[in-house]
Amino acid sequence: MSFSVTEPSGRQKLFAGFLVAFYALVTIMPLAWIIATGFKSPADAIAYPPKVVFEPTLEGYVNLFTTRTRASDEALQERGAPETWYQRIVRDKGMMIVGPSRYGERFMNSVIIGFGSTFLTVFLGTIAAYAFSRFKVPLKDDLLFFILSTRMMPPIAVAIPIFLMYRQLGLNDTHLGMILLYTAVNLSLSVWLLKGFIDEIPVEYEEAALIDGYTRFQAFCKVVLPQAATGIASTAIFCLIFAWNEYAFAVLLTSGTAQTAPPFIPTIIGVGGQDWPAVAAGATLFLVPVMVFTILLRKHLLRGITFGAVRK
Amino acid sequence: MARIEIRKLRKDFGDFTAVRSSTFTVEDGEFFMLLGPSGCGKTTTLRMMAGLELPTSGEIYIDGEEVSGRPASQRDIAFVFQMFALYPHMNVRRNIAYPLVSQGMARADVRRKVQEVARILDIEDILDRPVGGLSGGDRQRVALGRAIVREPKAFFMDEPLGALDAEFRERMAGELRALHDRMGATTVYVTHDQLEAMQMGDRIVVMNHGVVEQFGAPQDIYDWPATMFVADFIGSPAMNFLHFDGAVARGACRIGLAGIHVEVPALLEGGKGRLALGVRPEHVHLDDSAPYRGEVLAVEYLGTTQIVTIETANGALKARLSSAQPVRTGETVGLAFDARTLTVFDAASGRALLSQANREVLAGG
Repeated sequence: MSFSVTEPSGRQKLFAGFLVAFYALVTIMPLAWIIATGFKSPADAIAYPPKVVFEPTLEGYVNLFTTRTRASDEALQERGAPETWYQRIVRDKGMMIVGPSRYGERFMNSVIIGFGSTFLTVFLGTIAAYAFSRFKVPLKDDLLFFILSTRMMPPIAVAIPIFLMYRQLGLNDTHLGMILLYTAVNLSLSVWLLKGFIDEIPVEYEEAALIDGYTRFQAFCKVVLPQAATGIASTAIFCLIFAWNEYAFAVLLTSGTAQTAPPFIPTIIGVGGQDWPAVAAGATLFLVPVMVFTILLRKHLLRGITFGAVRK
Repeated sequence: MARIEIRKLRKDFGDFTAVRSSTFTVEDGEFFMLLGPSGCGKTTTLRMMAGLELPTSGEIYIDGEEVSGRPASQRDIAFVFQMFALYPHMNVRRNIAYPLVSQGMARADVRRKVQEVARILDIEDILDRPVGGLSGGDRQRVALGRAIVREPKAFFMDEPLGALDAEFRERMAGELRALHDRMGATTVYVTHDQLEAMQMGDRIVVMNHGVVEQFGAPQDIYDWPATMFVADFIGSPAMNFLHFDGAVARGACRIGLAGIHVEVPALLEGGKGRLALGVRPEHVHLDDSAPYRGEVLAVEYLGTTQIVTIETANGALKARLSSAQPVRTGETVGLAFDARTLTVFDAASGRALLSQANREVLAGG
């Protein structure tokens, strides 16, 4: 009987497959539970033992986006028959819709702050990384270490000074304040990641462009940036995920105008306490932008565009 | 087209001096070689000429204009990199067109120029391909295309054949030289390969440790090296050095090697102490009647010729002999040298002593 050193045996493959499936199950489980809870009725959501099979309803989503009030039967009769499917869902519970909820605003705040800080971080990070990579910067190593050192303690350790500072500067509960904060926290990661990517781009490309009659800035835009696209995309994903999911600063520094979705979602209250289906629905929708962003940029992460152009 | 003049060019990187004080002139239309071992400063010199590196001191004239402080984009030169540096996110056509686009040339003109260059280089069929999948030779041609499309004053090439496979290299060397002859453009070419330099160059500068050791026509440098470094670096196998102690007087026509007189070209300067007689392998002949003798250590057969290593009283030496000549390892043979071709060196300084024979070459360099 012959056997191969490099090819795993059937039993090994089976074991590996089992391990991967088990790990996937463990990680996907909470996510699947949240998505499922979004479609449960409030009673099913807190039922014990937990319900795996249930009758799906959009009540959670309707509650997420609306503000409702309990009304007497007469008041409901007066309003006539419900016109839309979501009005009907609310009416069946003996309530009526009095307006939209704040979820939409909070979601938009997350979008503005998340993407705004990501753009700013990547923009500044690319420029700084290019300078560190290509130019003689005095005290370069010390500066790079200093930039990295801003991440050596958890950002929340400086929460109180930042809170006091922001109050003085009037940046509390503003979009600008949150964008600046997330940019500051992410910038070190961005500079270090991008410097690695730009270091990999041979300097000859820029030199060729300089000789071909372009200025350094043109060479940077037309030759360096397209090749750094992969690095810029992956850095942007990291930064967005942090800014999008950040909770602690958001709780501390925002309460109204600039409040992001993470501190808002857990505060969704229904009849008789926490409205778990609405909270789950809010969390599910909150996942979508980051997922879409990651999927859109995925091809940049996978494509090695410099492949074969330089002989190594 | 342009004449390029380099005067006392120097470049320091911190404490390290890459180029000490280079002075030479590249004549209009010349194929000029910068030759030397790695780390000798030849690439730094070329980069300063191109404007990719600022000189610490010294002057660079292109067509009589002092350009050492100007950015590369204003020098109107083209540069071919060893790694080609083709823009990976563009196809062949856009790579070649890129220098024209920067000048704001009209689209139709760009198209016509690119087509014309592609025809010269025989790459018309790959114009719309991405550069990623091209063979080494094709990439080299595209890099050349990008250089010649702009019709610059001069071409600078940094070991452009260094990244090619051996089989391509010879072919591209021929193509490069043919292209140069056709366009008549001033070309400065950096290489560490002495054969390449001899084969392609009109003139050669030999550099070592940031210093120009010699510059001149390939044959002059080969025949009459100014220093032991040049003698050793150029030619394969290298020039033999037979070391001896003693003194030679000005006007002497012979030297004493292990007590035997050897005729040399009349010396125009004297020397004493550690000296060396330089003799090319092809200028060593076997002669049974010769008084200077040695023992054959090894024989390498190379087809038409053979390289014979002979141990003498002044060190080992290699002779290039016809393969027809029977030589056996271990036998003792008499050695005769072609007197008109010999050079005497001062082994301490490495400098060649001026003689009647090398006077003209060394006076010029």
